[in-house]
Amino acid sequence: MTETLLEIDHLSVDYETGRGDLKALRDITFNVNKGEIVGIVGESGCGKSTLISSILRLTAPNTRFREGEIRFKGQDLLQASDRQMRDLRGADISIVFQDPMQTHNPVLTIGQQMLDIQHRSKQSKADKLAHAAKMLGAVGIPDPEARLKQYPHEFSGGMRQRIAIAMALMSEPDLLIADEPTTALDATLEVQIIERLQELQREFHCAILFISHHLGVIAELCDRVVVMYAGAVVESGEVREIFHDPKHPYTRRLIECDPGHIKERARVLPTIPGEVPDLANLPGGCIFRDRCDQAMARCATDVPPLDQLKEGHHAACWLNHEEVTT
Amino acid sequence: MLNFATRRFGLSLLILFVAVTVMFLMIRAVPGDPVQIMLGPRATPELQAQLTAALGLDQPIWKQLLIFYGNLLQGDLGTDVFSGRAVTDIVFQQLPYTLELIFASILWSATLGIGLGAYAAAHPNTLIDRIAAAISVSFVAAPAFVVALLALLVFAVHLQWFPAIGAGDGFLDRLDHLVLPAFAIGLSWVGYIARLVRASMLEVMGESHVRTARAFGIAERRVVMVYALRIAILPVVTVIGVGMGFLLSSAVFAEIVFARPGLGKLVIDSITTRNYPIVMGSVLISTALFVVSTALADLINALLDPRARTAH
Repeated sequence: MTETLLEIDHLSVDYETGRGDLKALRDITFNVNKGEIVGIVGESGCGKSTLISSILRLTAPNTRFREGEIRFKGQDLLQASDRQMRDLRGADISIVFQDPMQTHNPVLTIGQQMLDIQHRSKQSKADKLAHAAKMLGAVGIPDPEARLKQYPHEFSGGMRQRIAIAMALMSEPDLLIADEPTTALDATLEVQIIERLQELQREFHCAILFISHHLGVIAELCDRVVVMYAGAVVESGEVREIFHDPKHPYTRRLIECDPGHIKERARVLPTIPGEVPDLANLPGGCIFRDRCDQAMARCATDVPPLDQLKEGHHAACWLNHEEVTT
Repeated sequence: MLNFATRRFGLSLLILFVAVTVMFLMIRAVPGDPVQIMLGPRATPELQAQLTAALGLDQPIWKQLLIFYGNLLQGDLGTDVFSGRAVTDIVFQQLPYTLELIFASILWSATLGIGLGAYAAAHPNTLIDRIAAAISVSFVAAPAFVVALLALLVFAVHLQWFPAIGAGDGFLDRLDHLVLPAFAIGLSWVGYIARLVRASMLEVMGESHVRTARAFGIAERRVVMVYALRIAILPVVTVIGVGMGFLLSSAVFAEIVFARPGLGKLVIDSITTRNYPIVMGSVLISTALFVVSTALADLINALLDPRARTAH
């Protein structure tokens, strides 16, 4: 039943920069099963974007894959040829990007762009356009045939994001990557998009890798969640487990800081004090140590491993080790 | 689109009117009495008065301007002071030579410049990119009149590959005569357009929609040539439209160096002889050419960029 679709296996990715290698991702390991929705949550700069561009191999030229594998249906994407990658993109793996205002080509009609992405299909142009119109209808764009003739700037932000989702689902991919698809939209639109994604996921049975820093959305949509901090996975598990029984101090602080979680009026919104460590010059020990109020001596010297605490629940924190008593 | 074109046309007429009026006033501010220059120092006062009246120079300047526009609306640009031929005849006889020179220059420099720039942008910071940059900058730095003289010396005098002077007769001969002048005034444009296209392309290639196109597995060739170049070309179209004006002035050099007939040569000759009707006629046509080319550039931009159609 639970067939693994995507395996990120001990992935480490660096960016070569003038001031040394930036260790953007370190030892990332998690799976996405078929038809499952997995959320990735973390602050800006935690490596979420590096991760998804690594999966699609659309990384900047100074990216170096140091270690690990990204296996999609068993095939290591980091070893795949450019041709093989191009065949996967937009066919087996699709992506919806963050900013709907920038994601479409401004000088081509939506119809033209939806035609172009069906470049693998042998159908006639009329059939392709009919398919495009059907997909626009499926994401709730009224009068889709006429709107195919329009340009991106003639649509609102919410509509453009729905078009982006329609385009991503057009090839019925096995994996849909959604890179903060609702961040640029206002709250009511966010709910609409999320609901639409849920409906479409039920219809198309694709797995979704949903990247967000909005915990409420993750809790609403996802089956499992991976919490990332400064380029590493600090906790992963079932959504319910993570939200009700977080096993990493960072996850706990994230939940406390989520505006949706704050019940009382507060003069000062809760924050996590301190800063993310410099990825070009990482300190030894636990990466969250400087911002953690429960740090111990051991945190400064040893890197906590990502241990399985329960079936499917992993966390990287010394507090979970039995020899520690607090 | 039609609405946009109408408004653009109205604007063009206004620009034309202002430019021609200013030119009309400026040429009258050039020192030296035209009648004295034309007739020479030994002309009798009666003869001078007669010519002054014939040219309408005895009228106040605002009345001269009114008469000029009145005639213009009837398609009459006046007559050549010396030969008595209609100015329109003379100007339209010279116009094709200048037009073919300008179009040939634009055509080869834009083709090469866009190709060079797009290629450099597709391979940024490689050796090819650096070589293209060096070539482009040296092309930009070469003044048209220097290139014209050198080209004449090397390709016409020493190598004798191309004819040195004149405009030729018949299609192939005219083409042969076009090569050197078009090369001379187009060269700096190659460099300029290449630099512009490269910068514009690099900017567009970094935009999100290019990443989207790639994320859908669209072939890199199509991403560069359609998704990126079609946007990157927009500022180039504008620059070429405005560049027609600069090319008109470069054409003056080329026409003098290569002894070609053309508007530029006609203007220079008639200014030295204070042949006002010819000067005004040539200037009017040149200005119209410039106004039409910028308007055309805007229209092409509007065709290429749907956002420009609604923004105005």
